[in-house]
Amino acid sequence: MIKVLNSGFYATIQDQGRLGHRSYGVPDSGAMDSYSSEFANKLLGNNKEAAVLEMTMTGAELQFLKPTTIAITGAHMNPTLNGKTIEMFESILVEPNDVLSFGKLSNGFRTYVAVKGGFLSEIVLGSRSMAKGITESIRIKKEDVLDFNATSIKSPKHAKLKFNSSYHEDKILEVTKGPEFDKLTREQQNLLISQNFQVSKFNNRMAYQLLPLFKNSLEPILTTPVLPGTVQLTPSGQLIVLMRDCQTTGGYPRMFQLTEQSINILSQKATGNRLKFSLKD
Amino acid sequence: MSYKLRFSQYNERSILVEWPAIIDENVLHDVLNFKTRIELKIYKPIVDIISTYASLLIIYNTTIENVNDEFSTLKVLYKSQDAKKLLKSKTFRIPVCYEDEFAMDLDNYSVAKNLSKSALIKLHSEAVYTVFFIGFLPGFLYLGGLNPTLHLDRKETPNLNVKKGSVAIGGKQTGIYPQDSPGGWHIIGNSPLELFKPKQNPPCVVKAGDKVKFNPITKSEYLRIQDDIKRSSFNIETI
Repeated sequence: MIKVLNSGFYATIQDQGRLGHRSYGVPDSGAMDSYSSEFANKLLGNNKEAAVLEMTMTGAELQFLKPTTIAITGAHMNPTLNGKTIEMFESILVEPNDVLSFGKLSNGFRTYVAVKGGFLSEIVLGSRSMAKGITESIRIKKEDVLDFNATSIKSPKHAKLKFNSSYHEDKILEVTKGPEFDKLTREQQNLLISQNFQVSKFNNRMAYQLLPLFKNSLEPILTTPVLPGTVQLTPSGQLIVLMRDCQTTGGYPRMFQLTEQSINILSQKATGNRLKFSLKD
Repeated sequence: MSYKLRFSQYNERSILVEWPAIIDENVLHDVLNFKTRIELKIYKPIVDIISTYASLLIIYNTTIENVNDEFSTLKVLYKSQDAKKLLKSKTFRIPVCYEDEFAMDLDNYSVAKNLSKSALIKLHSEAVYTVFFIGFLPGFLYLGGLNPTLHLDRKETPNLNVKKGSVAIGGKQTGIYPQDSPGGWHIIGNSPLELFKPKQNPPCVVKAGDKVKFNPITKSEYLRIQDDIKRSSFNIETI
């Protein structure tokens, strides 16, 4: 068990998502940066599906009540165990009463904490990912007690798994054309792929809005399917990049579709970060 | 009838199929028939198929190796589609209380439409609506068939918190809010039914292609149904 002494800015339990229920309007959810969360599980020899803790912008303060092994990946929040600096991207033994805390965010935006065996939050529709309207608890709060499987604390020795954190610095989002991209004029298309954008303050697990506005005269479309990574363009010129908790359908023209890796890249971006789209092929 | 479809790759693992972009029951039936055929006849593992008014998004389990192969498989399958309707649809009766306590916008709505409240309620509850698809929120039904007399543009300023179960009209559409959420539609009633239950699978008994009809109830019936639901002794009625 883990006692949450402090939840940080926004923390949730996430696994690989709640797939296969979009036709009932159920969002995918799942770790925003799937590369980092999978890597954390790999370090501990967990299954890919094991649930991890996702922390946004600031870290939580967690007290372990049982011994286990943990791994921390994703954004660098300067983790400490009982006040002593610990490494990221490797498995770390924790003892009962150890307190894990985090300091200043020095790169990226979302940090993942995996525990041996994975967190054991409620499973709804095949997933432990917390989501509004689906799971009872939708985020981690102070005083929560997080359960995990503490049967075995041994982790496999790895031939040095190498975490490639260079993507935290990537400013290029690789995309493919969305179904309505061809409705833009040639000049607009060129502008959209040459212009620099910035992450606006409206960014969360549902969507990232970008600045500046992109002038256009596209008509809204008949409501159609959308997916995480779909880039919508509103009549007012707002570019909206849908993320893991996004709705299943939408009525704005779809300009681009991010690759899976680009979704991971964007997940590590915060307000004010710069971006560019790059058309694949 | 067979439509001219557009096939395109949507992302690494999904293919989009588009029909002419119109709201039309014939298109809906064709979309849903094709969906059913894909589910029955395509042996490649599929995670999900999402349908909307005039599109299908087919999400495969793995990265698509050769998209042209998939396109031709799907095209052949569509061409062999016979006119015979595979679709089995049900009509659900959905109890709605239109009393003032549950209908915060009914007064304004009645003034804006220059129709009495009882006339509005009658028009809203006598129609049989078609469920085109589920989207936006978990369990939110996109319903077609609202009487044009009842069409009214959305509110200028959305409500920050529309209560779960609210039955509302926005533009040419009507719907039920499956959870508390912000919303710009005019709220004219509330249903005690829980259309979306995340802990059951499938989480929603109503699906695309089904029909629904609203059944006006009094507040005491509303409370009784709510009670029955709590004790799990309520079953949604089909007509």
